[in-house]
Amino acid sequence: MTGYIVRRLLQAIPVLLGTTFLIYFMVFAMPGDPIVALFGDKTPPPQVIEALREKYHLDQPFIVQYFLFLGGIFRGDFGTSFSGEPVSEILVRTFPVTLQLAVIAVFFEMVFGIAVGLISGLRKGGIFDASALVVSLILISLPIFVIAFVCQWLFGIQLQWFRATVGAGAPIQDLILPAIVLATISFAQIVRLTRASVIDTDGQDFVRTAASKGLSRGRIVPVHILRNSLIPVVTYLAVDFGVLMVGATVTEGIFNVPGVGNTLYQAIIRGEGPTVVSFVTVMVLIYLVVNLLVDLLYAVLDPRIRYAK
Amino acid sequence: MKIKRIGVAAIALAAAGALTLAGCSSSAPESTGAAGGGIITTNGSEPQNPLVPTNTNETGGGKILDAIFAGLVYYDAEGAPHNDVAESIETEDAQNYTIKLREGLTFTNGEPVNANSFVDAWNYGADTANGPQLSQYFFESIKGFSYDESVPELPGLVVVDDTTFTVELNQPESDFPLRLGYSAFYPLPASAFDDIEAFGNNPVGNGPYMLDGDGAWKHNERIDLTVNPDYDGPRAPKNDGLSIIFYASQDAAYADLQADNLDVLDAIPDSALATYEDEFGDRAVNQPAAIFQSFTIPGRLPHFDGEEGKLRRQALSLAIDRDEVTEVIFNGTRTPASDFTSPVIDGFSDSIPGSEVLDFDATKAKELWAQADAISPWDGTFQIAYNADGGHAGWVDAVTNQLKNNLGIDASGAPYPTFAEARTLITNRTIQTAFRSGWQADYPALFNFLGPLYGTGAGSNDGDYSNPEVDALLTQGLAETDLAAANEKFQAAQEILFQDLPAIPLWYSNVNGAWSTQVENVQFGWNSVPLYYEITKGE
Repeated sequence: MTGYIVRRLLQAIPVLLGTTFLIYFMVFAMPGDPIVALFGDKTPPPQVIEALREKYHLDQPFIVQYFLFLGGIFRGDFGTSFSGEPVSEILVRTFPVTLQLAVIAVFFEMVFGIAVGLISGLRKGGIFDASALVVSLILISLPIFVIAFVCQWLFGIQLQWFRATVGAGAPIQDLILPAIVLATISFAQIVRLTRASVIDTDGQDFVRTAASKGLSRGRIVPVHILRNSLIPVVTYLAVDFGVLMVGATVTEGIFNVPGVGNTLYQAIIRGEGPTVVSFVTVMVLIYLVVNLLVDLLYAVLDPRIRYAK
Repeated sequence: MKIKRIGVAAIALAAAGALTLAGCSSSAPESTGAAGGGIITTNGSEPQNPLVPTNTNETGGGKILDAIFAGLVYYDAEGAPHNDVAESIETEDAQNYTIKLREGLTFTNGEPVNANSFVDAWNYGADTANGPQLSQYFFESIKGFSYDESVPELPGLVVVDDTTFTVELNQPESDFPLRLGYSAFYPLPASAFDDIEAFGNNPVGNGPYMLDGDGAWKHNERIDLTVNPDYDGPRAPKNDGLSIIFYASQDAAYADLQADNLDVLDAIPDSALATYEDEFGDRAVNQPAAIFQSFTIPGRLPHFDGEEGKLRRQALSLAIDRDEVTEVIFNGTRTPASDFTSPVIDGFSDSIPGSEVLDFDATKAKELWAQADAISPWDGTFQIAYNADGGHAGWVDAVTNQLKNNLGIDASGAPYPTFAEARTLITNRTIQTAFRSGWQADYPALFNFLGPLYGTGAGSNDGDYSNPEVDALLTQGLAETDLAAANEKFQAAQEILFQDLPAIPLWYSNVNGAWSTQVENVQFGWNSVPLYYEITKGE
């Protein structure tokens, strides 16, 4: 097992190098000089542009910039944003917020998605099942910004159950509404995934065997059906966690969450190479770790996978 | 055994959750509700730079600097300058100024505000050895300034005594005193120069407000300001403090205003422009700001120089129905232009001879276009370049459609994906079409709208316009020590601009804002920022 984990971690190195290189290249290839844009509609003196370009190494060829950046990372220096703030500090400030948001969202997806999916699957064709299918279809087809604006207007402005935007320090209670919004689409997916999987498992021989042995339904459902139905759902959750980290941009913007999505968006707009690449690097790392965790979780859920290794 | 494995799975999941949550504990929850008492909450944006006055050129940081610093002068709601730290600013020739300060003023750390506080701060901002400063160009006109070599102490700045210093400019510039309320000219305490980066994160000022303790600037979230008890200037706050909350999107800020989480908002999102005045009634503001919008036609484009160019420019201007565009596209949140400056500037006039060229007249437009065709026949498409990330597509399409219909020519917009790309092409002079242009004044003076844009070789003269008569009038205006006489010259320069039309004036941006039921006495200044110190909040 340890060897497997080490192997997986070593694999992460080329993945990280490749992604950072690609991202750096893409930011670099963005047309226009970000320094010129700092001045709005005003045209700064050429000497000032020159000095600023030098400060951020923008006067160097792309490959030199990339290796300067990479070298910095090995020294623990992620560079500075145009605002003069060390990127490492921005990372430390924003990632916890988005992680919190993503964890709450995954929690909602998991608990409610699996519960609704399980009930739907067990009562296939019933009223609950039919309504769950209709609701999930609606949720899947709505763009996230529509859901976000409607929720903000209804629960934040009209009913005032939640704050319309996230307040200072991004406290958990303020993150619940955006997390629910983030969770909606994946929630619908998980309902459908769990439902299909439960229906499939319910028809399997081992479930019938268990029933014929005289086991109660209360024992068969959690131990035999649910556990075996969770494998595709867990895979989905792992991928989804990565998507949430990145895809929170829209939701973070609408609810003014001081997290990764918001900051990354601003950095891309400003063409701040080091900031963008550092953020993406950390995202890739998280993605890799979560996927590793999930692969380990498989072994726990399904003995066949464990013994195959 | 089986139960145990499920248990392990649960633990693994919980561990994954805990791992991520553990990383989150650094951001401790704080009080969330709108700040209590008489603290005004308002919108802002994360400053793009450490809060060093000479290195801040955007509104997010400027708004904070204006609250925590007091300059020699400040601007009232109409944009007129009044003395703040200055006792008097005197000149005989518009080139040599003697500035006297009020006595006994201090920064919030106890250091005195004296002549050196200003001279050292300006020298710092002007010296290229301190790295590029975004507002460095403000010191260009002081004697001795150079971009090419480091000048640690400008010879044009002389400290006479504790409360007096003199400024010598390279040439007469009568609007120099008008500039002195801009953040680039704020004083700095001596301690600032020990570590300017650290200072920028926890700035110490001398203004009506001060930072609410160390770390009051919570990056990307907010900055909390409290009243500076030592400030005795004309901007004494009528509230208990100011919380500027940074919003990444105007929609989020607007939602907070609707939910009464926010007291004052000075930017209404596009999605609410059509409805916000109905919703907020007399708590809404929609008035012209010091922002001039236009499109610039470089003289180097074929058919746009000489007599032919003049005729075509006038025809284009006459073919645009500005009232219709501002009403239909902007819901009345722009004011059709009537000159090259802005109505909020002292000396503005809406009846400069030649300004008729801004009135919609399709017949005359066609006539002039035909006259130009007689000189050299038109071919090709007339295009207006714009950055697609700035919400310009709507009006560009409307304007080019009007040109198409009223002049019978092919016209269209030329979008560039990003602002950076469009600006780079414009700066490098590689753009081959007309392009969207605009100007937001740094300080309330007519010259600020004209000199940097239309003077020969001026910094932001992106269309490379050059007319010796305009140059002469601008220089004469600057040499006048009497503001009214100076403005007369600047209006005369505009008369020529109306004939040459280096840029086609379109409209002035309005300031669109609103405030909650909890505050009163909200007034917006000449620079579209509310006069925060005047706002009162009920308990």
